[in-house]
Amino acid sequence: MTWAETILSCFRDAGVRLVSYVPDKVLIPLIDGVQQDDAFLPVPATREEEAIGIVGGAYMGGVRGAVMMQTSGFGNSINALASLAVPYQFPVLMVISERGVLGEFNPVQTLIARTLRPTLDALGVYHVTLAREDEVEFLAMRTMLQCYRTQAPAALILSPMLTGGKEDVG
Amino acid sequence: MTTSSSGAFETDAGRRMSRLELTRRLVARLDAGEAIVAGIGNTNFDLAAAARDRPENFYMMGSMGLATSIALGVALAQPERRVFALEGDGSLLMNLGALSTVAASAPENLTIVVWDNESYQITGNQPTATAQATDLVATARGAGIEASAWAANEEDFERLVERARHGAGPFLIAARIDDAAGAGRPERDPVLLKDRFMRGIGARG
Repeated sequence: MTWAETILSCFRDAGVRLVSYVPDKVLIPLIDGVQQDDAFLPVPATREEEAIGIVGGAYMGGVRGAVMMQTSGFGNSINALASLAVPYQFPVLMVISERGVLGEFNPVQTLIARTLRPTLDALGVYHVTLAREDEVEFLAMRTMLQCYRTQAPAALILSPMLTGGKEDVG
Repeated sequence: MTTSSSGAFETDAGRRMSRLELTRRLVARLDAGEAIVAGIGNTNFDLAAAARDRPENFYMMGSMGLATSIALGVALAQPERRVFALEGDGSLLMNLGALSTVAASAPENLTIVVWDNESYQITGNQPTATAQATDLVATARGAGIEASAWAANEEDFERLVERARHGAGPFLIAARIDDAAGAGRPERDPVLLKDRFMRGIGARG
Protein backbone atom coordinates (compact mmCIF):
# COMPACT_ATOMS: atom_id res chain seq x y z
CA MET A 1 0.00 0.00 0.00
CA THR A 2 1.06 3.60 -0.54
CA TRP A 3 1.41 5.90 2.48
CA ALA A 4 -1.97 7.45 1.62
CA GLU A 5 -3.73 4.09 1.36
CA THR A 6 -2.26 3.15 4.71
CA ILE A 7 -3.54 6.35 6.36
CA LEU A 8 -7.00 5.83 4.84
CA SER A 9 -6.97 2.28 6.17
CA CYS A 10 -6.00 3.58 9.63
CA PHE A 11 -8.87 6.11 9.43
CA ARG A 12 -11.32 3.26 8.79
CA ASP A 13 -9.86 1.06 11.53
CA ALA A 14 -9.90 3.93 14.04
CA GLY A 15 -13.53 4.69 13.24
CA VAL A 16 -12.89 8.06 11.59
CA ARG A 17 -15.95 9.11 9.58
CA LEU A 18 -16.04 12.90 9.08
CA VAL A 19 -12.98 14.36 7.36
CA SER A 20 -12.84 18.13 6.95
CA TYR A 21 -10.06 19.69 4.95
CA VAL A 22 -8.64 22.59 3.02
CA PRO A 23 -7.00 21.25 -0.17
CA ASP A 24 -3.29 20.72 -0.64
CA LYS A 25 -1.53 19.09 -3.56
CA VAL A 26 0.32 16.50 -1.49
CA LEU A 27 -2.97 15.56 0.19
CA ILE A 28 -4.66 14.70 -3.13
CA PRO A 29 -4.61 10.91 -2.62
CA LEU A 30 -6.13 11.34 0.86
CA ILE A 31 -8.75 13.82 -0.38
CA ASP A 32 -9.65 11.56 -3.30
CA GLY A 33 -9.73 8.60 -0.94
CA VAL A 34 -12.25 10.15 1.46
CA GLN A 35 -14.31 11.45 -1.47
CA GLN A 36 -14.54 8.03 -3.09
CA ASP A 37 -15.32 5.86 -0.06
CA ASP A 38 -18.79 5.93 1.48
CA ALA A 39 -17.22 5.09 4.85
CA PHE A 40 -16.23 8.76 4.98
CA LEU A 41 -18.19 11.98 5.12
CA PRO A 42 -15.95 14.59 3.47
CA VAL A 43 -16.57 18.23 4.43
CA PRO A 44 -14.45 20.73 2.48
CA ALA A 45 -13.89 23.84 4.62
CA THR A 46 -12.99 27.38 3.61
CA ARG A 47 -10.42 27.78 6.38
CA GLU A 48 -8.63 25.40 8.70
CA GLU A 49 -10.04 26.74 11.98
CA GLU A 50 -13.49 26.13 10.57
CA ALA A 51 -12.54 22.49 9.96
CA ILE A 52 -11.45 22.17 13.60
CA GLY A 53 -14.83 23.52 14.72
CA ILE A 54 -16.71 21.11 12.46
CA VAL A 55 -14.72 18.09 13.66
CA GLY A 56 -15.14 19.21 17.28
CA GLY A 57 -18.90 19.48 16.80
CA ALA A 58 -19.07 16.07 15.13
CA TYR A 59 -17.15 14.55 18.04
CA MET A 60 -19.64 16.00 20.52
CA GLY A 61 -22.38 14.49 18.36
CA GLY A 62 -20.75 11.06 18.57
CA VAL A 63 -18.83 10.93 15.27
CA ARG A 64 -15.05 10.71 15.03
CA GLY A 65 -13.37 13.12 12.66
CA ALA A 66 -10.07 14.29 11.24
CA VAL A 67 -8.78 17.54 9.76
CA MET A 68 -6.39 17.70 6.81
CA MET A 69 -4.37 20.80 5.94
CA GLN A 70 -0.97 22.03 4.85
CA THR A 71 1.56 23.80 7.04
CA SER A 72 0.36 27.31 6.23
CA GLY A 73 -3.16 26.26 7.24
CA PHE A 74 -1.83 25.31 10.64
CA GLY A 75 -1.15 29.01 11.11
CA ASN A 76 -4.86 29.60 10.58
CA SER A 77 -5.73 27.01 13.22
CA ILE A 78 -3.98 28.21 16.33
CA ASN A 79 -6.83 30.03 18.10
CA ALA A 80 -9.23 27.18 17.35
CA LEU A 81 -6.75 24.81 18.98
CA ALA A 82 -5.86 27.09 21.91
CA SER A 83 -9.38 28.24 22.81
CA LEU A 84 -11.48 25.26 21.69
CA ALA A 85 -9.91 21.89 20.92
CA VAL A 86 -7.30 21.84 23.70
CA PRO A 87 -9.28 23.30 26.64
CA TYR A 88 -12.50 21.45 25.74
CA GLN A 89 -10.57 18.20 25.22
CA PHE A 90 -11.74 17.60 21.67
CA PRO A 91 -9.90 14.69 20.00
CA VAL A 92 -9.18 16.52 16.75
CA LEU A 93 -6.81 14.40 14.66
CA MET A 94 -4.84 16.65 12.30
CA VAL A 95 -3.02 15.43 9.21
CA ILE A 96 -0.60 18.18 8.19
CA SER A 97 1.23 18.14 4.88
CA GLU A 98 4.60 19.72 5.60
CA ARG A 99 5.76 22.47 3.27
CA GLY A 100 8.56 24.95 3.74
CA VAL A 101 11.28 22.34 4.26
CA LEU A 102 13.57 20.02 2.27
CA GLY A 103 13.80 21.96 -0.95
CA GLU A 104 10.87 24.36 -0.70
CA PHE A 105 10.77 26.77 -3.65
CA ASN A 106 8.42 29.41 -2.18
CA PRO A 107 10.22 31.66 0.32
CA VAL A 108 7.03 32.60 2.19
CA GLN A 109 6.31 28.95 3.04
CA THR A 110 9.45 28.46 5.08
CA LEU A 111 8.71 30.57 8.18
CA ILE A 112 5.41 29.00 9.11
CA ALA A 113 7.03 25.59 8.80
CA ARG A 114 9.52 26.64 11.47
CA THR A 115 6.69 27.58 13.83
CA LEU A 116 4.81 24.29 13.39
CA ARG A 117 6.42 22.01 15.96
CA PRO A 118 7.28 24.72 18.54
CA THR A 119 3.66 25.89 18.44
CA LEU A 120 2.28 22.37 18.82
CA ASP A 121 4.69 21.88 21.72
CA ALA A 122 3.62 25.16 23.34
CA LEU A 123 -0.01 24.05 23.09
CA GLY A 124 0.84 20.63 24.49
CA VAL A 125 -0.48 18.98 21.32
CA TYR A 126 1.05 15.57 20.68
CA HIS A 127 2.63 15.29 17.24
CA VAL A 128 4.37 12.61 15.22
CA THR A 129 6.26 13.07 11.95
CA LEU A 130 5.76 10.42 9.28
CA ALA A 131 8.92 10.11 7.18
CA ARG A 132 9.22 6.40 6.30
CA GLU A 133 6.63 4.30 4.53
CA ASP A 134 7.30 1.22 6.69
CA GLU A 135 6.49 3.22 9.85
CA VAL A 136 3.26 4.84 8.65
CA GLU A 137 0.84 2.16 9.79
CA PHE A 138 2.21 1.87 13.33
CA LEU A 139 2.69 5.58 13.93
CA ALA A 140 -0.57 6.72 12.31
CA MET A 141 -2.73 4.09 13.98
CA ARG A 142 -1.21 4.58 17.43
CA THR A 143 -1.48 8.36 17.16
CA MET A 144 -5.13 8.18 16.12
CA LEU A 145 -6.00 5.80 18.94
CA GLN A 146 -4.19 7.97 21.47
CA CYS A 147 -6.03 11.03 20.21
CA TYR A 148 -9.47 9.46 20.63
CA ARG A 149 -8.70 7.50 23.80
CA THR A 150 -7.21 10.45 25.65
CA GLN A 151 -9.58 13.06 24.16
CA ALA A 152 -6.71 15.29 23.13
CA PRO A 153 -5.87 16.78 19.74
CA ALA A 154 -2.93 15.20 17.94
CA ALA A 155 -1.07 15.88 14.70
CA LEU A 156 0.41 13.61 12.07
CA ILE A 157 2.97 15.63 10.11
CA LEU A 158 3.60 14.27 6.60
CA SER A 159 7.26 14.90 5.80
CA PRO A 160 8.40 15.36 2.19
CA MET A 161 10.66 12.39 2.96
CA LEU A 162 7.44 10.33 2.90
CA THR A 163 5.35 12.15 0.31
CA GLY A 164 7.97 13.62 -2.00
CA GLY A 165 6.64 17.07 -1.17
CA LYS A 166 5.47 19.60 -3.72
CA GLU A 167 7.58 20.17 -6.82
CA ASP A 168 8.01 23.62 -8.34
CA VAL A 169 5.97 23.65 -11.52
CA GLY A 170 6.72 27.31 -12.27
CA MET B 1 -28.03 51.99 -0.40
CA THR B 2 -30.22 53.66 2.20
CA THR B 3 -28.73 54.09 5.62
CA SER B 4 -29.86 55.85 8.74
CA SER B 5 -28.41 56.84 12.07
CA SER B 6 -29.46 53.49 13.48
CA GLY B 7 -27.93 51.56 10.63
CA ALA B 8 -28.44 50.11 7.20
CA PHE B 9 -31.41 48.21 5.82
CA GLU B 10 -33.91 49.68 8.25
CA THR B 11 -37.00 48.55 6.40
CA ASP B 12 -35.82 45.06 5.45
CA ALA B 13 -34.32 44.19 8.76
CA GLY B 14 -37.19 45.01 11.09
CA ARG B 15 -37.05 46.85 14.37
CA ARG B 16 -34.63 46.26 17.21
CA MET B 17 -35.62 43.56 19.65
CA SER B 18 -34.25 42.13 22.89
CA ARG B 19 -31.75 39.29 22.48
CA LEU B 20 -32.75 37.85 25.84
CA GLU B 21 -36.44 37.95 24.98
CA LEU B 22 -35.82 36.25 21.62
CA THR B 23 -33.54 33.66 23.21
CA ARG B 24 -36.28 32.87 25.73
CA ARG B 25 -38.82 32.55 22.94
CA LEU B 26 -36.50 30.24 21.00
CA VAL B 27 -35.85 27.94 23.96
CA ALA B 28 -39.56 27.85 24.83
CA ARG B 29 -40.34 26.58 21.34
CA LEU B 30 -37.90 23.65 21.55
CA ASP B 31 -39.53 20.43 22.72
CA ALA B 32 -37.64 17.77 20.76
CA GLY B 33 -34.15 17.94 22.29
CA GLU B 34 -32.92 20.47 19.76
CA ALA B 35 -29.25 21.34 20.24
CA ILE B 36 -28.12 24.95 20.66
CA VAL B 37 -24.51 26.03 20.06
CA ALA B 38 -23.97 29.53 21.39
CA GLY B 39 -21.18 31.82 20.23
CA ILE B 40 -19.02 33.85 22.58
CA GLY B 41 -19.94 36.85 24.66
CA ASN B 42 -23.41 38.27 25.02
CA THR B 43 -24.90 35.55 22.82
CA ASN B 44 -24.00 32.86 25.28
CA PHE B 45 -24.64 35.13 28.30
CA ASP B 46 -28.26 35.47 27.23
CA LEU B 47 -28.62 31.77 26.53
CA ALA B 48 -27.35 31.21 30.07
CA ALA B 49 -29.91 33.73 31.33
CA ALA B 50 -32.70 31.98 29.44
CA ALA B 51 -31.79 28.36 30.20
CA ARG B 52 -28.32 28.03 31.70
CA ASP B 53 -28.29 24.33 32.53
CA ARG B 54 -30.38 23.08 29.62
CA PRO B 55 -28.39 19.93 28.73
CA GLU B 56 -28.65 20.43 24.96
CA ASN B 57 -26.89 23.83 25.19
CA PHE B 58 -23.23 24.19 24.25
CA TYR B 59 -21.35 27.33 25.25
CA MET B 60 -18.22 28.50 23.44
CA MET B 61 -15.74 30.41 25.59
CA GLY B 62 -13.33 31.45 22.84
CA SER B 63 -12.86 30.52 19.16
CA MET B 64 -14.83 33.55 17.96
CA GLY B 65 -16.78 32.79 14.81
CA LEU B 66 -16.89 29.02 15.16
CA ALA B 67 -20.41 28.52 16.58
CA THR B 68 -21.76 27.88 13.08
CA SER B 69 -18.94 25.44 12.32
CA ILE B 70 -19.38 23.52 15.58
CA ALA B 71 -23.14 23.39 15.01
CA LEU B 72 -22.54 22.09 11.48
CA GLY B 73 -20.45 19.25 12.91
CA VAL B 74 -23.19 18.39 15.41
CA ALA B 75 -25.84 18.55 12.66
CA LEU B 76 -23.87 16.24 10.36
CA ALA B 77 -23.22 13.79 13.21
CA GLN B 78 -26.87 13.70 14.27
CA PRO B 79 -29.07 14.28 11.21
CA GLU B 80 -32.23 13.37 13.15
CA ARG B 81 -31.71 16.23 15.64
CA ARG B 82 -32.39 19.90 14.87
CA VAL B 83 -29.40 22.11 15.66
CA PHE B 84 -29.37 25.88 16.18
CA ALA B 85 -26.20 27.99 16.07
CA LEU B 86 -26.46 31.38 17.79
CA GLU B 87 -23.98 33.98 16.55
CA GLY B 88 -23.49 37.72 16.85
CA ASP B 89 -22.90 39.85 13.78
CA GLY B 90 -19.23 40.38 14.62
CA SER B 91 -18.67 36.67 15.11
CA LEU B 92 -20.34 35.74 11.84
CA LEU B 93 -18.34 38.41 10.00
CA MET B 94 -15.16 36.76 11.29
CA ASN B 95 -16.08 33.45 9.65
CA LEU B 96 -18.25 34.24 6.63
CA GLY B 97 -16.80 31.21 4.86
CA ALA B 98 -18.85 29.09 7.24
CA LEU B 99 -21.98 30.22 5.39
CA SER B 100 -20.60 28.77 2.17
CA THR B 101 -19.58 25.55 3.90
CA VAL B 102 -23.06 25.18 5.39
CA ALA B 103 -24.69 25.86 2.02
CA ALA B 104 -22.46 23.31 0.28
CA SER B 105 -23.01 20.62 2.94
CA ALA B 106 -26.72 21.50 3.01
CA PRO B 107 -27.75 19.88 6.29
CA GLU B 108 -31.54 20.08 6.48
CA ASN B 109 -31.44 20.13 10.28
CA LEU B 110 -29.22 23.19 10.81
CA THR B 111 -30.33 26.74 11.53
CA ILE B 112 -28.07 29.74 12.08
CA VAL B 113 -29.56 32.49 14.24
CA VAL B 114 -27.78 35.84 13.94
CA TRP B 115 -28.19 38.53 16.58
CA ASP B 116 -27.28 41.73 14.75
CA ASN B 117 -26.76 44.83 16.87
CA GLU B 118 -24.29 46.32 14.39
CA SER B 119 -21.54 46.35 16.94
CA TYR B 120 -18.78 44.51 18.74
CA GLN B 121 -20.80 45.00 21.87
CA ILE B 122 -18.57 43.27 24.39
CA THR B 123 -15.43 45.18 23.44
CA GLY B 124 -17.03 48.60 23.72
CA ASN B 125 -19.68 48.89 21.00
CA GLN B 126 -17.36 49.53 18.10
CA PRO B 127 -19.44 49.37 14.89
CA THR B 128 -19.30 46.26 12.72
CA ALA B 129 -19.64 46.36 8.95
CA THR B 130 -23.39 45.70 9.32
CA ALA B 131 -23.72 49.24 10.70
CA GLN B 132 -22.72 50.72 7.37
CA ALA B 133 -22.61 48.24 4.57
CA THR B 134 -23.35 44.57 5.03
CA ASP B 135 -26.74 42.83 5.06
CA LEU B 136 -26.09 39.42 6.60
CA VAL B 137 -29.29 37.90 5.19
CA ALA B 138 -28.27 38.96 1.69
CA THR B 139 -24.78 37.64 2.42
CA ALA B 140 -26.17 34.27 3.50
CA ARG B 141 -28.39 34.06 0.42
CA GLY B 142 -25.42 34.88 -1.76
CA ALA B 143 -23.45 32.11 -0.04
CA GLY B 144 -26.22 29.71 -0.99
CA ILE B 145 -28.43 29.53 2.11
CA GLU B 146 -31.64 30.41 0.30
CA ALA B 147 -33.91 30.09 3.33
CA SER B 148 -32.44 33.18 5.01
CA ALA B 149 -34.72 35.85 6.45
CA TRP B 150 -34.88 38.83 8.75
CA ALA B 151 -37.32 38.50 11.65
CA ALA B 152 -39.53 41.58 11.49
CA ASN B 153 -40.73 41.25 15.08
CA GLU B 154 -40.99 38.72 17.91
CA GLU B 155 -43.93 36.88 16.38
CA ASP B 156 -42.19 36.68 13.04
CA PHE B 157 -39.09 35.31 14.79
CA GLU B 158 -41.17 32.54 16.35
CA ARG B 159 -42.74 31.78 12.98
CA LEU B 160 -39.26 31.43 11.45
CA VAL B 161 -38.16 29.21 14.34
CA GLU B 162 -41.16 26.95 13.75
CA ARG B 163 -40.29 26.71 10.06
CA ALA B 164 -36.72 25.82 11.02
CA ARG B 165 -37.91 23.13 13.44
CA HIS B 166 -39.96 21.33 10.80
CA GLY B 167 -38.82 22.34 7.33
CA ALA B 168 -35.87 21.41 5.14
CA GLY B 169 -32.91 23.68 5.85
CA PRO B 170 -30.33 24.91 6.17
CA PHE B 171 -31.95 28.09 7.49
CA LEU B 172 -30.65 31.44 8.65
CA ILE B 173 -32.72 33.72 10.85
CA ALA B 174 -31.41 37.22 11.51
CA ALA B 175 -32.80 39.59 14.10
CA ARG B 176 -31.88 43.18 14.74
CA ILE B 177 -31.33 43.50 18.45
CA ASP B 178 -30.72 46.28 20.93
CA ASP B 179 -27.56 46.83 22.96
CA ALA B 180 -28.67 45.41 26.31
CA ALA B 181 -25.86 43.42 27.90
CA GLY B 182 -26.17 39.66 28.26
CA ALA B 183 -27.80 38.82 31.56
CA GLY B 184 -26.38 35.43 32.59
CA ARG B 185 -23.11 33.51 32.63
CA PRO B 186 -22.34 29.87 31.89
CA GLU B 187 -19.82 28.10 34.10
CA ARG B 188 -16.29 28.87 32.97
CA ASP B 189 -15.38 25.20 32.76
CA PRO B 190 -14.87 23.90 29.21
CA VAL B 191 -14.83 20.20 30.05
CA LEU B 192 -17.97 20.47 32.18
CA LEU B 193 -19.72 22.37 29.36
CA LYS B 194 -18.69 19.75 26.82
CA ASP B 195 -19.63 16.79 28.99
CA ARG B 196 -23.09 18.12 29.82
CA PHE B 197 -23.78 18.83 26.15
CA MET B 198 -22.62 15.39 25.02
CA ARG B 199 -24.81 13.70 27.61
CA GLY B 200 -27.66 16.04 26.69
CA ILE B 201 -27.58 14.95 23.06
CA GLY B 202 -26.98 11.27 23.80
CA ALA B 203 -23.40 11.05 22.61
CA ARG B 204 -22.13 10.03 26.05
CA GLY B 205 -23.89 7.73 28.47
